[in-house]
Amino acid sequence: MKIIVAIKQVPERDAQITIAAGGKWIDAGDLAYTINEPDAYALEEALQLKEKLQQAGKSGVEVIALCAGPERVASTLREALAKGADRAIHILSDDLGSRDTLALAQLLAEAIRAESPDLILTGLQSEDLGLGQTGVVLAELLGVPHATIILQVEPTATGLRVKRELEDGWFQHIEMPLPALLTIQSGGNKLRYATLMGIKKAKSKPTATIAATPAHAPAAIELTRVYLPEKQKRTQMLTGTPAEIATQLVEKLQSEVRVL
Amino acid sequence: MSGVLVVVEARNGALSRVSLEALAAGQHLAKQLGQACSAVVLGEGVTPVVDELRAKNLAGILAVEHTLLRQYTADGTTAALEQVVRKTTPAHVLFPHTYRVRDFAPALATRFGEVLISDVIAIQPGPLFVRQLFQGKLNADYRHSGSGPCFVSVQAGSFRADALEPASTPATVEAISVDLTPAKIRTVPSEPFRESAHTVDLASAAVIVSVGRGIREQGNLPLVQALADALGAELAASRPICDAGWLPMERQVGSSGQTVSPKLYLAVGISGAIQHLVGMKGSKTVIAINKDEHAPIFEVADYGVVGDLFEIVPALTKAIAAAKS
Repeated sequence: MKIIVAIKQVPERDAQITIAAGGKWIDAGDLAYTINEPDAYALEEALQLKEKLQQAGKSGVEVIALCAGPERVASTLREALAKGADRAIHILSDDLGSRDTLALAQLLAEAIRAESPDLILTGLQSEDLGLGQTGVVLAELLGVPHATIILQVEPTATGLRVKRELEDGWFQHIEMPLPALLTIQSGGNKLRYATLMGIKKAKSKPTATIAATPAHAPAAIELTRVYLPEKQKRTQMLTGTPAEIATQLVEKLQSEVRVL
Repeated sequence: MSGVLVVVEARNGALSRVSLEALAAGQHLAKQLGQACSAVVLGEGVTPVVDELRAKNLAGILAVEHTLLRQYTADGTTAALEQVVRKTTPAHVLFPHTYRVRDFAPALATRFGEVLISDVIAIQPGPLFVRQLFQGKLNADYRHSGSGPCFVSVQAGSFRADALEPASTPATVEAISVDLTPAKIRTVPSEPFRESAHTVDLASAAVIVSVGRGIREQGNLPLVQALADALGAELAASRPICDAGWLPMERQVGSSGQTVSPKLYLAVGISGAIQHLVGMKGSKTVIAINKDEHAPIFEVADYGVVGDLFEIVPALTKAIAAAKS
């Protein structure tokens, strides 16, 4: 079984985001980047699936990490290799920001088609743009069935049985044939760390770098401006020592909120 | 291409709240454009929903019935809606941003060479569609630049269901037949189920103390439990805390957990990602304690404290206990 995990590199969660001059995107200057968290869970699911299949006596299970982006994304791919991916594919592109979801998915689809995988996994959404669509668009372009917001994956005789999260604490099982694409929800598994041995081994694992082809069509949607959200409420900020803040809060709880 | 078409969802035979909000968004956009707003419902036995729609101010109601639409599948819904959109040629197609819409709408847009503008919180003249980036740290305006229909999903709570205009005369209902075959539906869904017993009813709690990543480790939870006890509050959490198993899933607030609207919501160490905010922004009063002054939770907070929760929470617990005695 060949599994491709499509991952994205995003600014670290605690990064101080500032708006770039021109107001069309963020200042990328000193940002530290990391793997998109839901994609880390997709990689974990792939690695666990590989281990499960190997324990069941299946050989030839391969996990490939795929990422599009500039030079810097190589570090995220190296980390995926250190965690246990067998090889990596880097679609080298410096203009991802000008491509919409469809154009990006077309880039990924071209690389995936060349590999003919049995299963494609990716996170349910990115932590930067948060459009939550790349996986589904990719499935549509590849002509394979998909399921989204998945917490568990079990191989069956004919394909897969997956557990999909619904709203308000509901779940559902879905069965599907292979090849297929799943978007993985965070939190379904415990993420592993790269071991020293893994980091050492990663150095000898192959990474194929392919050049991005130009977008097929003009973008269908366009981001025209980024800005700080307007406050939905007038927030009164309380300051002072912890004891002073506590006194002010108690006063609010008694006189304004009336819960004391 | 003209008009706004809103795709609604039914829950237990009635329009879901988010569908009513999407209809309100549809009416708002249609008015901006000087165009008509219609609605479409898919399924089997949709008559009760159609009757409910007839009471709303709509130019038309499309009813799509098929046995293969009884249970939701991405393949069935995508194929049916593709046929509806090709036949009725709306300029804009609006959806509520539900887990179901997230599952099929991107594929539907792809069939038209378009990209869904997802999770929209406001529609400005242009039209410009406002959505959030970086877990709610920034807002962004998006414009549709494609030549086909513009697909948009609307975040829960962004438009008011009670702003929905009632019908002066009931809209005409058109039954649309779609061509679906079992062979085209590649996934087999089973019936939805619930895992936890749901013994904790956060939705009816008057006071909630909620904890997020800022608490750092499970061993620190007694700190917020003590605050909740002092206030007589239910303890709740954001998703990462429940994912880590530090608190049971039934205490999770947000799009994948419970939706709450207490008198007081005290958020401790919660940054306020969109998925969390949709579950608690109906709270009457919100107090937020967070180390990051730019945390999006402060956008919905009435009172904010920027500081170290490990210092502020014990001080607050002590002060509350003193005030009560």
